[in-house]
Amino acid sequence: MTMRWVLALFILLRLLPGATAETLTVGSKPYGESYLLAEMIAVLLEDRAYTVERRHGLGGSAITFAALNSGEIDLYPEYSGTITSVLLASPGLDGAQLDAALADQDLSFATRFGFENNYALVVPRALKEERRLETISDLRAAGDLRLGFSYEFMNREDGWPALQAQYGLEQQPIALEHALAYRALDRGRLDVTDAYTTDGDLALYELGFLDDDLELFPSYEAGILARTDLPADTRKILDELRGILDEPTMQRLNQRISSEGEEPAAVAAEFLEGRGLIAPVAKGSSRTGRIARNTLVHLRLTTTALGLACIVAIPLALLVSRAPQAARTVQYLAGLIQTIPALALLALFIPLLGLGEVTAILALFLYSLLPVLRNTLTGLFSVDPLLKEVATGMGLTAAQQTLRIELPLAMPMILAGIRTAAVISIGTATLAAFVGAGGLGQPIITGLSLNDNRLILEGAVPAAALAVVVEFLFEALERRLVPVHLRVR
Amino acid sequence: MVTTGSAHPLSLDKVSVNFGNHAVLRGIDLSFAAGAVTAVVGASGCGKSTLLKLCNGLLRPAAGEVRAFAERLDYDRLPQLRRRMGYAVQGTGLFPHLRARDNIVLAAQLARWSAEAIDTRVAELLQLMHLDVALLERYPHQLSGGQQQRVGLSRAMMLRPEVLLLDEPFAAIDPITREDIHQQLLELLAAEPRTVLLVTHDMREAMRLASRIVVLREGQVAIDASVAQLRSDWPSREPERLLLDLLADA
Repeated sequence: MTMRWVLALFILLRLLPGATAETLTVGSKPYGESYLLAEMIAVLLEDRAYTVERRHGLGGSAITFAALNSGEIDLYPEYSGTITSVLLASPGLDGAQLDAALADQDLSFATRFGFENNYALVVPRALKEERRLETISDLRAAGDLRLGFSYEFMNREDGWPALQAQYGLEQQPIALEHALAYRALDRGRLDVTDAYTTDGDLALYELGFLDDDLELFPSYEAGILARTDLPADTRKILDELRGILDEPTMQRLNQRISSEGEEPAAVAAEFLEGRGLIAPVAKGSSRTGRIARNTLVHLRLTTTALGLACIVAIPLALLVSRAPQAARTVQYLAGLIQTIPALALLALFIPLLGLGEVTAILALFLYSLLPVLRNTLTGLFSVDPLLKEVATGMGLTAAQQTLRIELPLAMPMILAGIRTAAVISIGTATLAAFVGAGGLGQPIITGLSLNDNRLILEGAVPAAALAVVVEFLFEALERRLVPVHLRVR
Repeated sequence: MVTTGSAHPLSLDKVSVNFGNHAVLRGIDLSFAAGAVTAVVGASGCGKSTLLKLCNGLLRPAAGEVRAFAERLDYDRLPQLRRRMGYAVQGTGLFPHLRARDNIVLAAQLARWSAEAIDTRVAELLQLMHLDVALLERYPHQLSGGQQQRVGLSRAMMLRPEVLLLDEPFAAIDPITREDIHQQLLELLAAEPRTVLLVTHDMREAMRLASRIVVLREGQVAIDASVAQLRSDWPSREPERLLLDLLADA
């Protein structure tokens, strides 16, 4: 009965996002500037008594846009160029056409922050001088230079494919993580990469722009992409952010995050405070508190997924173990799921389940199935047929035989399977942050985008520790459940 | 099933069993008297284990009828039937994850015996089988071959079954230990008489334990005689020799 009420309430809340105007969900993509702009929105709204849910570091433009379309998030910072060429797939729209196209999807791009963050190619300044590189066209005569671009740039319509076609470049670029590209440039392993004009690291790494002499890159005006069902007074509040930032300011703010290790939320709050947009706020979430919170979420994700996998895989294995053909088919299917890359699996589920824990848990659950299933089957198949015959001959019913003889004898293998699944889950769950489920992946992803090793370790160390603890737990469990002579060596 | 006192707790009526195209048993007619020990003897592949598995329903006949406790075997109610028939096999068939005591009492626990009833019965069996109480806490692999065999027999006897089906239970034991266990089995059967079907390829063992010998050859009964008669017809004949002579005669 209670369950039904909870369910009804849940559905009601999902159907009526407008009815809960006080809660807004702000998304961001996984890089510093997006975090910072999202925090500006969030901090401003919180100052005006809204409850803000943060879905930071969503996995790329497509995922974030899908989340906005499905109502999982209400708004997020985006760029005009990305909207036209990637999200709407119609480059060359002017301002009015853009607004009309968005209105068709019940979206609006009204509030602009006042700066552009355009694509640019950068080279180390020393190299720039030595080779007298001024424009992108100069790259044509420098075929020996090594190009490396971020994954998104490599694949976007207006990225490398357009660049190559328009400028007739013949180099073969490699694809790599954006933050890593700067380090590669710094160590002389790479010569040219893509960058954003407001990038805070440009000064740090002493990088210079190559002029876009053929005017290929469109304008990337930053603004707030929001659902049109936002109430008018919310819009009015958001409009206070209009025009408050310019390129030099943005570069400086980005630098504070990427090079000086400040938190986007703190930088955003300080900036808005300085502009008199919000009242001073008491800041500070302690590192320990954050780690504890992330670890708890991480544990919740993995244990739920693992529990579900056991509930499904062990009975399923018992069922199909009586029919070898079915057992093979089921194992094959579970193996197939295992081969889907985790990020792809997560992306597949977003249209169906939206963002958040449910999506992450489902993906982790699917990954845990195979080890548990396969080990349970192996364990069951390895039970001596003579013992089964004796058990039958003694008058044990089929159920008694399963519970008293087959499962206990298969237990060492089953435990080993669950243990494998647990360790895999703890590792894979770090990707859950891409779909806004939080956990220890949150600081890792943020750290990667902000190029902040401390933040990466804040997620990676507890995750590794968790994996070790789980190993110990399972050893203890095995000591309790399995006699010493039957343990898996 | 209220026919516990039946004169013939087990009988086979024109029973045949095929494995594929191969006829393992052909038209077997046998009945086993209450309280008697019958040894079923024969070479490997003669169908003697198959005959045993017909009795507790592990196998179903292609033709003919198996009767237990004066009723046709009800293949939908086998677990109930099997609790009235102790079953012990070659090797030992002890469950490696259960301690000796848990192996012995498993069937009684599943039959929801009280703890006191179980303790009483275990104490009886320990005495009958000359088993040390300390051995009960050991796992099967920590017991000697003879000890494992005694635990296996105790397990088969736990529920005080009316019928005991023994499938070459002593085949893997050294001769000296085997002699001891034979002695204990005879003592046990003297204390608690029951209908026993003992499958063995060892004529000496058959003569020692049974009162009746059934020799199978190529799926059919070649000889069916009482041990007393064999002894008087063939005095001072070595059992192994006797089996060969009998088969030559038959």
